[in-house]
Amino acid sequence: MSVSVDTPRRVDDFEVRKLRHPWRSVAAVIVGLAAVGVGWVFATNPNMDWPTVGAYLFAELTIRGLMVTLYLTVVSMLIGLVGGTVIAIMTLSHNPVLRAVATTYVTIFRGIPVLVQIIFWGFIGAFFPAVTIGVPFTDIVFFSSPTSALINSTTAAILALGLNEAAYASEIVRAGIQSVDSGQREASSALGMNRATTMQRIILPQAMRVVVPPMGNEVISLLKTSALVSVIAGNDLMTNLQQVYAQNYKVIPLLVVASVWYLIVTTLLSIGQSQLEKRFGRGVTSTLPSRVKRVSR
Amino acid sequence: MVLADNVGKKFGHHEVLKGVDLSVAKGDVTCLLGPSGSGKSTLLRCINHLERIDSGRLYVDGDLVGYRQEGRILHELDDRYIARQRTKIGMVFQRFNLFPHMTALENVMEAPRRVLKEPATEARRRATALLEQVGLADKAHHFPAQLSGGQQQRVAIARALAMKPELMLFDEPTSALDPELVGEVLKVMRELAASGMTMVVVTHEMGFAREAADQVVFLDNGVIVEQGTPSEVLGNPQHERTQSFLSRVL
Repeated sequence: MSVSVDTPRRVDDFEVRKLRHPWRSVAAVIVGLAAVGVGWVFATNPNMDWPTVGAYLFAELTIRGLMVTLYLTVVSMLIGLVGGTVIAIMTLSHNPVLRAVATTYVTIFRGIPVLVQIIFWGFIGAFFPAVTIGVPFTDIVFFSSPTSALINSTTAAILALGLNEAAYASEIVRAGIQSVDSGQREASSALGMNRATTMQRIILPQAMRVVVPPMGNEVISLLKTSALVSVIAGNDLMTNLQQVYAQNYKVIPLLVVASVWYLIVTTLLSIGQSQLEKRFGRGVTSTLPSRVKRVSR
Repeated sequence: MVLADNVGKKFGHHEVLKGVDLSVAKGDVTCLLGPSGSGKSTLLRCINHLERIDSGRLYVDGDLVGYRQEGRILHELDDRYIARQRTKIGMVFQRFNLFPHMTALENVMEAPRRVLKEPATEARRRATALLEQVGLADKAHHFPAQLSGGQQQRVAIARALAMKPELMLFDEPTSALDPELVGEVLKVMRELAASGMTMVVVTHEMGFAREAADQVVFLDNGVIVEQGTPSEVLGNPQHERTQSFLSRVL
């Protein structure tokens, strides 16, 4: 039963006056006016050229670019997640060789600006003109192909973004693994589980709770970073729109088109992120009856 | 069942165990008592190789723990062999260490499924029976966070029993519990002892030690000061250190 706003709440015989927050209303009015003002400036500025925005918002070129951007983001993120998890496990390994390899990887790929890495992969053909598989120091060759035929601009973009992402993701996964109580590992050992089973069944699922929020951040960041592949003509949203404004000089309207799409996708991703957080909060943050009734596998 | 021969353990320069000799017969309940820092938990953790011993020998069921002996050489065992040795030894921790992302039933089913490769139906049937044994049949689908400390510890006991161990280790199983919840856990442990399970229990529960133990071992400062039946050690302690410890806890 809810108490209506009009009837004051009563405790025994006393009427209870709620604490008032008059400055909130004042602040709301000021912020509202400022928002209207900014909106007005954008809406009425003749340089905005809204008809052009409208013309390109759903243009085939834009949608095709958007699809490439989404594709780059998804594939790079998958590489980042899988690679990052492997590197994180290597970093925490007892094996000093694996640890050294992982640390070196993270140092290099996190230490070089992603723009430089994108350009490097874009021009990899200048560095290694041909990719050859054979026995080293002999003339035996099983396979040989010019690099440019193997690595097009999309592949280069994926390699650059994915390998870079793996370095960042590994640090997030490592922090997640380390956040799991050491008693969990001991309990798993005492039950006779080996390291792989412990990691897969006990540690990683719990690490996910800590990993998901920053990883969601990474996906959103990666989506926007993918705009950098326009430097190697990656055919993504930004590249396509850039090519348009390079011809018609309508820079601002086309940037608005790009911004609108990036905003839409990042908003959708944020929603997905909060759903994932709920899923991995299982047993810790949630005591919903629907989850309790879930039949165990 | 357990044989410790001059077992020593160091953490850095700190000697936690200084040559401990202990023998636990099959079906017996041994309680390890002693002040904190006496090495009793460390000794328990050495038995299933959660800690590596630095000197002496430790045998469980006739097998050297953590090593393989060939002539005069001790070979360190691979993780897989150590894991296999541990399947015979159940362990219950002070802080329960239940898997928080799994329900009580899933906690109990997990190791039989993944380690013993039991089919799901069989694992579920046995897990349900074990939860019933510890009085938690109605909590099977609850997560650990939804259970009281005493209930969590009983799930942890069921989880350890699911591996059909021949030896159960308890590391201060009631120390993290509210006083009114201690009884329900001790009851399960008494039933287990009565069923003939070999148990090594680190505890401060003198009542449990007196009633359920066949052997009481008092450790202080990394050595066994006194051992014997509960009536000998608790009723008529010979050493001054045992006497002063018991006068403080009783």
